[in-house]
Amino acid sequence: MSKKYYLTYLLLCFTSVIISQDCILKFEGIVKDFHDGTPIEGAYIKVEGFNLYGVSDHKGNFIIENICNSKFKSTISHLSCDSKIVTINLDKKSFVEIRLEHHIEELTEVSISSQVDKKTKTTQETVIKNDVLERYSSLSLGDAIKEIPGISSINTGNTIVKPVINGLHSSRVLIMNNNVRLHDQDWGIEHAPNIDINSAGSISLIKGANALEYGGDAIGGVIVLNPTRIFAIDSLFGKTVLNAHSNGKGYGFNTTFTKTFSKGFYINGQSSFKRSGDYNTPNYSLTNTGNQSKAFSLFMGKNQFEYGYEIYYSYLENTIAILRSSHIGNVENLVDAINSLQPMIINPFSYDINAPKQEVSHQIFKGKFYKRFKELGKLDIQYDYQNNHRFEFDIRRGDDRDIAAVDLQLQSHTFKSTLQLDSKSPNRYKIGLLAVYQDHFPNPETGVRRLIPDYEKFDLGIFTIGNFKPIEKLSLDVGFRYDFNRINAKKFYQTSRWIERGYNDNFSGIILQDFGTQLLVNPIFDFHSFSVSAGISYDLNNNNSILFNYGLSNRAPNASELFSDGLHHSAARIELGELRIKKETSNRVSGTYNYNEEKVSISIEGFFNHIKDFIYIEPTGVESTNRGAFPVWEYKQVNAALFGVDWNIRYNITEKFVIQNKSSFIKGKDLSSDRALIDIPSFKTVNLIRYTNEKWANFNAEIQSEWIFRQNEFPDNNFEAFIPRTDSYVLVDISTPPPAYHLLNFRSNFDLKFSNENHMNIAFTINNLLNTSYRENLNRLRYFADEIGRNFSIQLIYNY
Amino acid sequence: MKTIKLLSILFICSLVFTSCKDDDDLEPINEEEVITTLKATLTPIGGGTTVVLQSQDMDGDGPNTPVISVSGTLAISTSYAGIVEVLNELESPAEDITEEVLEEALEHQFFFTPTNNVASIEYNDTDADGNPIGVEFTLTTSDAGSGNLTITLIHEPNKSGVDVSSGDITNAGGENDIEATFPIIVQ
Repeated sequence: MSKKYYLTYLLLCFTSVIISQDCILKFEGIVKDFHDGTPIEGAYIKVEGFNLYGVSDHKGNFIIENICNSKFKSTISHLSCDSKIVTINLDKKSFVEIRLEHHIEELTEVSISSQVDKKTKTTQETVIKNDVLERYSSLSLGDAIKEIPGISSINTGNTIVKPVINGLHSSRVLIMNNNVRLHDQDWGIEHAPNIDINSAGSISLIKGANALEYGGDAIGGVIVLNPTRIFAIDSLFGKTVLNAHSNGKGYGFNTTFTKTFSKGFYINGQSSFKRSGDYNTPNYSLTNTGNQSKAFSLFMGKNQFEYGYEIYYSYLENTIAILRSSHIGNVENLVDAINSLQPMIINPFSYDINAPKQEVSHQIFKGKFYKRFKELGKLDIQYDYQNNHRFEFDIRRGDDRDIAAVDLQLQSHTFKSTLQLDSKSPNRYKIGLLAVYQDHFPNPETGVRRLIPDYEKFDLGIFTIGNFKPIEKLSLDVGFRYDFNRINAKKFYQTSRWIERGYNDNFSGIILQDFGTQLLVNPIFDFHSFSVSAGISYDLNNNNSILFNYGLSNRAPNASELFSDGLHHSAARIELGELRIKKETSNRVSGTYNYNEEKVSISIEGFFNHIKDFIYIEPTGVESTNRGAFPVWEYKQVNAALFGVDWNIRYNITEKFVIQNKSSFIKGKDLSSDRALIDIPSFKTVNLIRYTNEKWANFNAEIQSEWIFRQNEFPDNNFEAFIPRTDSYVLVDISTPPPAYHLLNFRSNFDLKFSNENHMNIAFTINNLLNTSYRENLNRLRYFADEIGRNFSIQLIYNY
Repeated sequence: MKTIKLLSILFICSLVFTSCKDDDDLEPINEEEVITTLKATLTPIGGGTTVVLQSQDMDGDGPNTPVISVSGTLAISTSYAGIVEVLNELESPAEDITEEVLEEALEHQFFFTPTNNVASIEYNDTDADGNPIGVEFTLTTSDAGSGNLTITLIHEPNKSGVDVSSGDITNAGGENDIEATFPIIVQ
């Protein structure tokens, strides 16, 4: 637009002021795209209160003449934009520039889009929608995401469920809850993610470390929990879910309400409660396996196109009983447990939660603000605080009976900011930075030596991501990230352990104080990591698409891998960290083929992950103590390779009948000593047949068959232990996996519609229909007891 | 303006949550429940030399193995009055954990398991239910020979299990609080 042009308008404006009362006022302006400033053609400009309107031309310009009043409101609308109302005062200004948001399909916050909102375009991402999540209302995050092929879990009993993505878990899986990276002492297998699945609106699961925005260390993958979507409309809606299940005599409820306003303000509250008593296998009761969970969350904010903010708070408290028979004294007790076909202690059903047990609470507070800048993009600023407090109660004696044996508190402060540059659409860039401060405090009141020491941790990360769309069918992603981590610990070592580890040679400089039998040391470690991701997706035609990606990621060792030092009663083993452990580096390549048409859909995902200096724990010997002998498990590093294929095939036989197969196959190799990796899921295949009839109140019934093969490739970690009372050596078989098993599950549900807004969904489920007795290789309590038997459950979901 | 307001709220929040905590004076934890020492004193009923069996492990679950000592040989066909003590010598003065065992007698029992028939053991004490505890016992040697004597303290045993009250550990269940094996010579 030339200067001359502006000048003309200025003159006109001047003129119009003089003759304002004679219905000869002129309203002129230009309509432009908010992001990149390109003119918008065909926008409809209405002068409210008068029957006057104009339409913008191909340059975005419009003129409306014969206006009588200099002050009025004008509505500007366009087919693919959000409407906008502006107040005009022609006395001051008769030429206005109007910016409309033209990228409605990308604005998930403010628009209703029918697309499944994937977080990424070129990674192996799967979204679990709300209706599927609701089925798992009484269960955990780990149970729900097993819906996706390639995802399994590593369990401690049946309530502590840790997600395993393509064979990797714990610190290698990053969990984002409402855009907050969960910091909940995730290093331990028996530390379940502190997530109330009921608070999520949907879950995106990204395999591999390609979503660099969330972190560079997600060697396994990222689980993103998205809150309920908020739309800028005047509305009040809610949902209540009631559950009951027979095994464990459990029950639970969850209720959510959301109030939204057309101006963008919203508030959402949610609370849930679950309780269950002792579960049972087909043959016996699992004494002390109940659990109780309380959670609530509240968030409110304002969502407007140009700016918005949100405050969020959530609280979760889990009390989990751990199978009484799994708490053992020494190797001898472990041998007895393995040889016994059932747990040593079987009592009648009870809701009581006794030691051994865990009590964990997690709080998140978050404040977020965003603003969009014209012809630039969107700036996000967020601060969050998390407080994770974990108590573990053991079987103790005397005055210590009711005192927790483990009392760890992790507090995290995170500040992050991202700038999304989307003015050069369809290409988009994102840059971001993140700073984290963590403080870990093991309470000495336990009277038990600190399993994980006092430490402070600082993280600093910067990243940049570019999404390119050179042609319509092709998407390219490139990302870089740099992370700095510093861990500053203060740890007590038994002097005997310090010498046995050989730390005197390398670390004598970090000793702060010598207490005789114990040493106080101050290890400070710095880690620098550089991550890269690159991805490409290409639509061959309407039905076929392919995707390839590569990720380089690094993970610094966690506090457990560096410092753990103590006896684990549930595993009857001494676990030792290693100060010399370095970061691990993963190079992962993967590819996906998707075929989609009405009758058939196929998705095949393959990956190869080479991990240099893979950190893992394995037995290295036996130590004698006054309690007897214990195997020692030490953290070690080897080069490892994992590869696998996951597929999901659906075929609609008729309109009403669907069959589906979901399978995952994975191998894990320790390249350093040419043997199998420990804790790798075995081949799993799930087949289901579903009948749907929309005419019968949305009736649905399905039978699902789950077949889990035996893991035939496993490292032999068996060892010989001396049993004094029989004066003999016994082979302790902790490696041989249990046999394959097959489970049948049934599920049926239907809708009752009361009005457009009010409807109820009733679901009836039977898990382990045939009441099969089995043990799962990836359950740490498999030495002690079978998995749970048949379980009937009923669920009512009321939407209003 | 709003932006500034909001940022300042965030900043204040972060101040509130970053409240200080004193972690400068870290004290080592001397575990209260650890049993460092098991000591069995065997006094011949008809007079003679007292024999002391001791297992001491001063670093608890640490790498050092327990130090086992037996003060002498046992006499042939002799009855000894036995007393077991369990101690935590990390505390000063040493904590006598035997007292706790006796207070929670219903949940504890010592087991004495000889090999090679070097001796037989009878309990000399009972808990409130009339089941043995094993702090006091009688050990009777047989003919000359050598073997091991394993003394085990079980926490939460099933005292009503088959033969548990007569000292057979096989069906006791529970978990080991301490276990020590002593080489015994009868001559």
